[in-house]
Amino acid sequence: MTVDRRWQLSLRVVALTYLGALLFVPVGLIFYRTFEHGFAAVWESITTPAAIHAFQLTLEVTIIAVPLNTLFGIVMAIALARGRWRGKGLVNAFIDLPFAVSPIVIGLSLVLVYGVHGWFGGALANAGIQVIFSVPGIVLATIFVSLPFVVREVTPVLKEIGDDQEQAAATLGAGAWTTFRRVTLPAIRWGVAYGVVLSVARCIGEFGAVSVVSGKISGETDTLTLLVDKRFSNFDLAGAYAASALLALIALVTLLAMTTMNRRREEGDT
Amino acid sequence: MISVTGLTKRFGDYVALDDVSLEVPDGSLTALLGPSGSGKSTLLRIIGGLESPDAGRVVIRGEDQTSVAPQRRGIGFVFQHYAAFKHMTVRDNVAFGLTVRKRPKDEVAAKVDELLEIVGLAGYQKRYPSQLSGGQRQRMALARALAVEPKVLLLDEPFGALDAKVRADLREWLRKLHEEVNVTTLLVTHDQEEAMAIADQIAVMDHSRIEQVGTPRELYDRPQTPFVMRFLGPVTRLGETLVRPHDIALSLDARPGSFEAQVARVVHLGFEVRAELVLGDGEEIEVQLPRGEADELELGVGDIVHVRSTALPSALRVPAASAPSAAEPDALSA
Repeated sequence: MTVDRRWQLSLRVVALTYLGALLFVPVGLIFYRTFEHGFAAVWESITTPAAIHAFQLTLEVTIIAVPLNTLFGIVMAIALARGRWRGKGLVNAFIDLPFAVSPIVIGLSLVLVYGVHGWFGGALANAGIQVIFSVPGIVLATIFVSLPFVVREVTPVLKEIGDDQEQAAATLGAGAWTTFRRVTLPAIRWGVAYGVVLSVARCIGEFGAVSVVSGKISGETDTLTLLVDKRFSNFDLAGAYAASALLALIALVTLLAMTTMNRRREEGDT
Repeated sequence: MISVTGLTKRFGDYVALDDVSLEVPDGSLTALLGPSGSGKSTLLRIIGGLESPDAGRVVIRGEDQTSVAPQRRGIGFVFQHYAAFKHMTVRDNVAFGLTVRKRPKDEVAAKVDELLEIVGLAGYQKRYPSQLSGGQRQRMALARALAVEPKVLLLDEPFGALDAKVRADLREWLRKLHEEVNVTTLLVTHDQEEAMAIADQIAVMDHSRIEQVGTPRELYDRPQTPFVMRFLGPVTRLGETLVRPHDIALSLDARPGSFEAQVARVVHLGFEVRAELVLGDGEEIEVQLPRGEADELELGVGDIVHVRSTALPSALRVPAASAPSAAEPDALSA
């Protein structure tokens, strides 16, 4: 099919304008505004104790949430792609719940369950564990919102490679664990890596759900996104831009990693 | 020897195997031949332990293996689509079974080199499967299966994904390899020519059952059912008998038991001639005859000739009821 040359051109212009107005210009402006008054001011703004703590907390939450979701994601993907069990369709649909439901609803539901007046909240509080308005709540919220990525990346890869290789490994004497480690995992590694990168991006960038459960205590339960929000609300625009630039930078690195991995993935596993 | 008795397997409502029994003699190359959906792959996979039967027993070399995991059956399995470990080199693929068994490194290396030599892939150790042709991948898969010195070798349509030329070459090659390695081999195929060319024994399957077991010659000359006769080669119907097109004699005068027919088409295929004739009752038949004979008769379209069967007296008599299935060439071309 050939598209009229003028059509082709105008489609390109529309697409680029759309992307430019909504993406490139705003993100570019953030960087411009951030460095408008020189690098020293930015450095000062992102090295305040509150900022450093927010950065550390974000990292900490990511380091807990991503491996857990990766493990869960691989196990779940294998169960979905290989298993024959009752309720598979239902579970498969529920995996996408965190994508479908607004993060703020997820945050509120966590408060309902784990809050001091929630289902387990009271019991946990008696045991000396505070979930809501504390780090465990942030971790829970982050795990919840980033749950589907690895499952959704790995399941189609598993389906595509089929179970021939796994059966061949079995006939050659390999047990379930050896087969997983030496055959299945290497075959899905780029799918897993891609899912992990997407999860990391989501964990670092999550705002809605975390905002509800965090309590936003400076130097305690503020993540990077919450810090940006707080500075913005307090008319500390320069500070908000600096923290945003840091987030955007992390996102760009993630994007770069994703692009490289996607290429590796599409080139096939060799 | 592989011996299976009374194997039955259902997938939901579908009966894939219906009370199947078969014996594969030690050191033989036996082919499971049948159209797709006849249950031959299911039978092979049950023998390999990749499926479990609903009823029946699998005995390999005198040991009941019915509920033994595939890992401990001592089998080698080759898949239609190679099932190569794509992220491993040829060497690592072939070495897989040995490294799983934690054999010493130098022993593994020596064994791998030896096997690659046998399958004609010496020097390909460091390649990846994606750098091999289909035929080479399947030979690698065979080396991989043979590396663990299996008691029996199970091949599921091993040449099914290859083009005709490579397929014919590999077929010959597998026959020679079998004579060299001499491991009891069971091969699934839907290609009757392939089965006839390499097997000592053929088990013909249809509709989840084994129709007949025998040497290629027995099956070709003395098929016990119309299905087996049709599946093993071209057939044509002469009165109430099924005969091979080359078992029909033509003459210009009437002979005892002959039918009158009119020549509809004559095709010269090199050394032989194929003639399409129409019998008095409108039934079309096909006759194959040597070129010399055809020349002597001076066959021409529209000529009236007399045809009679020269097949052994044991030729199949087909009851009129089974006539509708007379044209069933799909299984052959599949």
